[in-house]
Amino acid sequence: MTNNRSWIPYLLILPSVAFLALLFIVPLLQTIWLAFSDNGVPSPANAQRMMADINFARSIKNTFLLTLAVVPVQLAIALVMGTMVAKVGRGRETILWVWTIPLGISDLAAGLVWLSILQNSGYFNSLLLGLGIIERQASWLSYQTPVALFFAIAVAEIWRGTAIVMVIIVAGLNQVPREFREAAEIFGAGAWTRFWRITLPLIRPALQSALILRTVLAFEVFAVVYALGGRNFPVLVGEAYNWQNQNQNYGVAAAYAVLIMIISLAATMIYLKAIKVDPERLP
Amino acid sequence: MANIVIDRIRKSFGTFEALKEVSLTINDGEFVSLLGPSGCGKTTLLRIIAGLETSTSGDVLIGGKSVTGLPPKERGLAMVFQNYAVFPHMTVYENVAFGLRMQKAEDARVKAQVEKAAGLLHIEQYLDRYPNKLSGGQRQRVAVARALAVEPKVLLMDEPLSNLDALLRLEMRTELKTVLQSAGTTTIYVTHDQTEAMGLSDRIAVMHNGVVEQVGTPVDVYNYPATRFVGGFIGNPPMNFIKVPVTNGQVAAGSEPLMAPKETGDEVILGLRGEAVQLAPLQLGLEMKVRVAEPMGSHLLLTGSIHDQPVRVILPSSETVRSGDVIGLKLDPNRITWLSPESGKSFPAAMAR
Ligand SMILES: Nc1ncnc2c1ncn2[C@@H]1O[C@H](COP(=O)(O)OP(=O)(O)O)[C@@H](O)[C@H]1O
Ligand SMILES: [Mg+2]
Repeated sequence: MTNNRSWIPYLLILPSVAFLALLFIVPLLQTIWLAFSDNGVPSPANAQRMMADINFARSIKNTFLLTLAVVPVQLAIALVMGTMVAKVGRGRETILWVWTIPLGISDLAAGLVWLSILQNSGYFNSLLLGLGIIERQASWLSYQTPVALFFAIAVAEIWRGTAIVMVIIVAGLNQVPREFREAAEIFGAGAWTRFWRITLPLIRPALQSALILRTVLAFEVFAVVYALGGRNFPVLVGEAYNWQNQNQNYGVAAAYAVLIMIISLAATMIYLKAIKVDPERLP
Repeated sequence: MANIVIDRIRKSFGTFEALKEVSLTINDGEFVSLLGPSGCGKTTLLRIIAGLETSTSGDVLIGGKSVTGLPPKERGLAMVFQNYAVFPHMTVYENVAFGLRMQKAEDARVKAQVEKAAGLLHIEQYLDRYPNKLSGGQRQRVAVARALAVEPKVLLMDEPLSNLDALLRLEMRTELKTVLQSAGTTTIYVTHDQTEAMGLSDRIAVMHNGVVEQVGTPVDVYNYPATRFVGGFIGNPPMNFIKVPVTNGQVAAGSEPLMAPKETGDEVILGLRGEAVQLAPLQLGLEMKVRVAEPMGSHLLLTGSIHDQPVRVILPSSETVRSGDVIGLKLDPNRITWLSPESGKSFPAAMAR
């Protein structure tokens, strides 16, 4: 009876597998082939062309710097937010709802929001003018102000992408029974010790997921950068986009795409190794 | 000195009153159980003593000093949680050592204390394992060892055995008693299991709906329940309550009528422990209709009715009574609890031995 029906699970899973295969694996293989071939024969030409490009090194440096600046800050903010909201009784849902609003906004829209704030005639300059801090409109997003531009992009990215980290962290914190923290408190651990010695180790799985997800997304940053900095701040995905659309060179664009994938995979592997999750040491 | 004084503690959650003016004094080195059904406020009271919860009003004194407002770690106590709360990311050794590490104890002292506590609880061979590798009973031992390792003045335990299976519970109960007797720590032990409370405690505080109904030694609470609730909650089978008419201050019970307390009206509730009876010839005793007779080996359990009210009594297994019999029971006047039908409280006369 049960044996006769062992194909049912496979049947039910088939559509999703087929769907993924068609829309993910096939394009992936095509992209890899596109990146490492030239006129139908295998060739490193695209990769060489990519590396020879003047924006190549800059886009790698910018992407990494941005990731390095954004991800730790996001994690720290998310931990603080998650810990704070755990102490709240009534109104908790509302607070979480407000905090996750940025999740519902597309990254391009988020970029445009921050553009309207930071452009020369934007709200930020109006505020500074109104307070008499500056005499005339300052520019924050031009190629002459790379530091300000970097900060602007980082702030916009932090604003946009912290919510997802927080959601994962809050879910992780909810998994830790309060008795662990209370036991630590009874046995003399202060708030700081409890956080470092009890809470943080017990939410390792959530930390790991949040870091992997957020880092991979950070390497794929594009729309916010494009809205705020245009071509003044080249990043990897931006370069792929330019080679694809402006230069109509699909091969080099594919090479960039493969490079981003390799970096993301490497980052994931590093996190998996660095933040080992041993199911035996979890609640 | 680490006596504990609980002084008129109240606790409300919103409009719900979980504790309604609870007062209780626990002497230095004493083992007191908070016994009561689920939801009666035992855990809430324990958490207030521990400092994990703030009371709405009232005061807690440990060793004569008010600890209200002090954080848990400054109260000199240790606690064993119902679900153990043994840290899963630390080895058993580090778990037991946790409190000492927090006190910044020297390594040599930590080692000595951990080994001593582990020895008492027989967990030496698990010291470098992680708790998830251990059974419930072993984790329980780790939790107790962690609490004893800091040599607390006061030990709080919240249903520490309730997650264990029956056999293990019995074993751990005996062992806890041995360990705690030698430690001499002032202990408050929360449980809903009356046999645990009876077996372990110097005194029992029986709680019901946020009120302490009675405090006394296990024998006193068993023999002289202050309220109908206490009599019904403690003992297996529970105390029988039979409403009987009072005529001229007496209650008819066969040949020898019983003297009812002076304060009673026309009726009184006769609280009768199942084993405080003797078989008597029918006319000479209180009449009982036996519905079911169950020979249990050690005793004979009879279920039936007296004055058409359900009762359970216990006779020696040497007696022969069959289902359907009508028997006479001779009651021991000294072991009867008289209760007011109105208040459900026992009359003070019954308390005087
Ligand atoms: N944090 C809380 N919020 C609201 N009600 C609570 C809270 N903690 C306990 N209660 C209520 O208080 C009553 C007593 O709870 P508790 O002390 O846990 O009982 P016990 O330990 O005797 O089973 C219960 O009715 C419970 O629902
Ligand atoms: Mg409880």
